[in-house]
Amino acid sequence: MHPIRKKRLTILIFLVAGLAVAVGLTTYALRQNINLFYDPTEIAAGNAPVDVRIRAGGMVEEGSVKRDPESLSVRFRVTNFTDSVSVEYVGILPDLFAEGQGVVAMGRLNNDGLFVADQVLAKHDENYMPPEVADALEKSSKGQHKSPYADKAAESQAY
Amino acid sequence: MWQFFHKLGSPKWFFGIANRFMPWLLAGGLILLVAGLVWGLAFAPKDYLQGNSYRIIFIHVPSAFLAQSIYIMMASAAVVTLVWRMKLADVFVKSVAPVGLLFTFLALFTGAVWGKPTWGTWWVWDARLTSMLILLFLYGGVIALDRSINDEKSAARAVAVLVLVGVVNIPIIKYSVNWWNTLHQPATFKLTEKPAMAMEMWVPLLLSVLGLYLLFGWLACLRMKTEILVRERRTRWVKELVLAGRK
Repeated sequence: MHPIRKKRLTILIFLVAGLAVAVGLTTYALRQNINLFYDPTEIAAGNAPVDVRIRAGGMVEEGSVKRDPESLSVRFRVTNFTDSVSVEYVGILPDLFAEGQGVVAMGRLNNDGLFVADQVLAKHDENYMPPEVADALEKSSKGQHKSPYADKAAESQAY
Repeated sequence: MWQFFHKLGSPKWFFGIANRFMPWLLAGGLILLVAGLVWGLAFAPKDYLQGNSYRIIFIHVPSAFLAQSIYIMMASAAVVTLVWRMKLADVFVKSVAPVGLLFTFLALFTGAVWGKPTWGTWWVWDARLTSMLILLFLYGGVIALDRSINDEKSAARAVAVLVLVGVVNIPIIKYSVNWWNTLHQPATFKLTEKPAMAMEMWVPLLLSVLGLYLLFGWLACLRMKTEILVRERRTRWVKELVLAGRK
């Protein structure tokens, strides 16, 4: 390679590498702001601010959804399988909302550790399959697993 | 090897090669894309959780793939522009930037349409969606910068530097769903592992992705040929070509 081109190439490599390091450090420093939501462990550890609008995310705990028959009010627990946080919400839930599904709730944490949500978004995982396959899996494992990739999903969601 | 590389820099040589490949790219791309889309939209089974609304994945994922791949190709061409000063590399960047902008917009738009029924919102400022929006602005910036500088050579260098600076955004888009908490789910379509999708859904998705790549190849050749004709309009080979076409 021509020496001048070699020099230009070296300069470019340094430019892009330097830039990558700068952006990497910036995003690392801002990681808490870039994270869309706090997970239940962070909330349980007291890392989430009280009475400030934040988002909390995780899986809806099995058997925890309690609906008020008189109103649209609903209470459920959001878990990452180590810690969980109680959420209260008044309104219409998205179609994909179900026990064992991921959600991201926006709202405020009150002093009693109850998360009062004003918006609940459903989070789905990256696994897609026909309903028959899902049914067969459900039957064969008696509802223990929702998907053949459940282990991987739990790992990749890593709340 | 270097000889081949330098030959690539010749617009006339490229013109001939492009003419030879374009019919194949167009035919192959159309066949694969139509097959993938018809199979995916009409015949693939519905999803156990999302029902039919997941089908937008057959447009969303190919567009998002192309949006990022085009940028990576532009960045490689930008290195060639800056190091080897090859005209053809700049022609490529200039020709495909609007195509990249289009696919990024499509990915964002189909994502929003998909997000409303599944997540419950059109838009959320999570890392994946925001970094994709930055990619849209990068494409816009590349096009605007190129248009704003009249001198062809200075425009080529300025654009190449901008494209290279923006390339750090690509790994951020790719890994945003792993590095941070996002509403967007992690990648379904993986090249290195078993896909997280039933085969009868994955195959049509693969077909649409491949088809769109081939169609992009065709469109890139077409746009580059036009750009070459404009730039080389004073050369003898272009004049002869035009005269031959008039007969």
